[in-house]
Amino acid sequence: MALLQISEPGMSAAPHQHKLAVGIDLGTTNSLVATVRSGLSSVLSDEHGHALLPSVVHYNADNSVDVGFDAQKKQNQDPHNTILSVKRFMGRGLKDIDISQLPYKFTESVESTGMVQIETRAGTKSPVEVSADILRVLKTRAEQILGGELVGAVITVPAYFDDAQRQATKDAARLAGLNVLRLLNEPTAAAVAYGLDNASEGIYVIYDLGGGTFDISILKLSKGVFEVLATNGDSALGGDDFDQRIFCWILETAKLSPRNAHDTRLLLSKAREAKEWLTEHAEANVSCMLSDGDFVNVTLTTHAFIALTATLVQKTLSPTRKAMRDAGLGIEEIDGIVMVGGATRMPQIRKTVAEYFKQTPLTNLDPDKVVALGAAIQANVLAGNKSDADLLLLDVIPLSLGLETFGGLAEKIIHRNSTLPISRAQEFTTYKDGQTAMSIHVVQGERELVSDCRSLARFELRGIPPMVAGAARIRVTFTVDADGLLSVSARETSSNVEANITVKPSYGLSEDEITQMLKTSFNSAEADKTARMLTEARVDAGAIIEAVTTALAADGALIDSEEKNAIEAGIQRLQTIAASDNADAIHKAVEALNHATESFAAARMDASVKKALSGKELNTLNL
Amino acid sequence: MAITLTPTAADRVEKFLANRGKGVGLRLGVKTTGCSGMAYTLEFVDELNSEDTAFESNGVKIIVDPKSLVYIDGTELDFTKEGLNEGFKFNNPNVKDECGCGESFTV
Repeated sequence: MALLQISEPGMSAAPHQHKLAVGIDLGTTNSLVATVRSGLSSVLSDEHGHALLPSVVHYNADNSVDVGFDAQKKQNQDPHNTILSVKRFMGRGLKDIDISQLPYKFTESVESTGMVQIETRAGTKSPVEVSADILRVLKTRAEQILGGELVGAVITVPAYFDDAQRQATKDAARLAGLNVLRLLNEPTAAAVAYGLDNASEGIYVIYDLGGGTFDISILKLSKGVFEVLATNGDSALGGDDFDQRIFCWILETAKLSPRNAHDTRLLLSKAREAKEWLTEHAEANVSCMLSDGDFVNVTLTTHAFIALTATLVQKTLSPTRKAMRDAGLGIEEIDGIVMVGGATRMPQIRKTVAEYFKQTPLTNLDPDKVVALGAAIQANVLAGNKSDADLLLLDVIPLSLGLETFGGLAEKIIHRNSTLPISRAQEFTTYKDGQTAMSIHVVQGERELVSDCRSLARFELRGIPPMVAGAARIRVTFTVDADGLLSVSARETSSNVEANITVKPSYGLSEDEITQMLKTSFNSAEADKTARMLTEARVDAGAIIEAVTTALAADGALIDSEEKNAIEAGIQRLQTIAASDNADAIHKAVEALNHATESFAAARMDASVKKALSGKELNTLNL
Repeated sequence: MAITLTPTAADRVEKFLANRGKGVGLRLGVKTTGCSGMAYTLEFVDELNSEDTAFESNGVKIIVDPKSLVYIDGTELDFTKEGLNEGFKFNNPNVKDECGCGESFTV
């Protein structure tokens, strides 16, 4: 019979309706998938007991695809068709990456996406497709183990990933048939795995030393939201460099000349074993037979290993210092340090970090798995398996951000649940002839009317050159950076006058307030729609009355009094109807006035053309 | 009659409760739903209701509501691995028929 898991009180699923959700750590070197069962987050291993899936994809001659260990084995025989570390290319263009050291044939995308493409024997592959191949394997693994279809996944990305890289990750998931519940920052996931989100507030450092990359992130938890205060790192520093140091030491100690590829591989794997052994032992013996019959037998002590790699360990401190400086924090303000990545098992790393921060880092969870475990916890909440979902929306905009447009309507610029950082721009124009200033009112919320949203800031753009209504182009840009800071700038594009303001949106709103605001926006959807239509109709009516009145004052002489009276009556009627609550009737009256002024408009057009041409030679006209 | 846990199951429940950080025990129950009549439910318990019956087995408190108890009295709950998955299994002497997947049953 089917196996059951323990649910939260009152959250038992009906048979065949278990909401299976996973967290996926899509790493540069290795990827993992984890899920929550009976309230406990655990990593799902393959049939051989391997939790880690090497992020390596190999395209075979027969069109089949190998992922993971099988692909890794083919790396040396067939480097062109074996893609490693594809994460480094996600959302990147040719100019963004250093291709000189890589065995792949890159081409620029034919479409406008601008992402690099890799030519393989299976055709041209985008990094998105290669990542999708990795995700597909993890999805299949999870579905086989859990015995059902997944409702969705939380996929982790580095905190510094920009919109293009995040979008590429999302696309890869969609391509693999995964429903992305959310992208989560890797350091945030690590903090969640340690339950740090249960505290009310605090500042945490996530020290992530992976196979080939080093990332340091400083997170600030306040009111259930993790903000990324600063990130830094070294994209070419990782556990592999430690192996390399031991490898060089072996060559030196055993007085070996440079070796062939086979021996290099053998010695590198021996170096890796020695490194792992030294985590819990005082010395490691390296002995093996090389291809030419030479026998290597050397012993590496912890002491020598620490001396060999001291510079590497120190190298991680420089980005750490920079991140601390960017965040404007002192060591004493840090509430905890989370260690992520297999390389952080090395005692000298833990010791150095502990000495720098003057406190013991958190290490009781497996550093290889901690990101996936945290992502799974988040996925479980998002899939709806927890009643008191106290885990708030992380790393996303909780409510839409927008501005007030004419008539008190809220125009959304950045929609809620957009991942950070984000930037969106929209063009607006003036409403009155000769308007030289514009007041910009920044609001937050889901409702259609500004009065129902939360006001965040107001500022004014002055110095717009006088133009007819609708001619000025004012580009308003909303930017929310990784810290959750919103800055709004407005620029009139012809004159380049600019004004801007910085606001902090997520502050001052509790989770309850946010939930309440969302709820009212659903309940009042119909009323909001009617209100919006009415306001729009009134704005239309106001605009045409304004235009016609101005025109009558200027060129009223062009038409006879009968027509003039008819137009004035039309204006009067529209004014009366616009005061009513009937959007349809207002639309009709606007139409009627439009119709009544057709011949007047034609007369004005003729007059202005005549005026422009009169007294000018044909050849001086710019035709 | 009573509801019991195998030592393995009790061990796991204790672990899950400790990980969760709160809860007084494990609630076993049935819901009238599913492809073959009734379905088992398994939940953490934060609060006991006045009508609940409580058992103790291998150090774990088991809570059952009176409506469910008539269908599952005598059940032994086990924790097993099947392939790569793992989870709880009801050994219920009252069951006459199960649906193919075993998620629901009739008595």
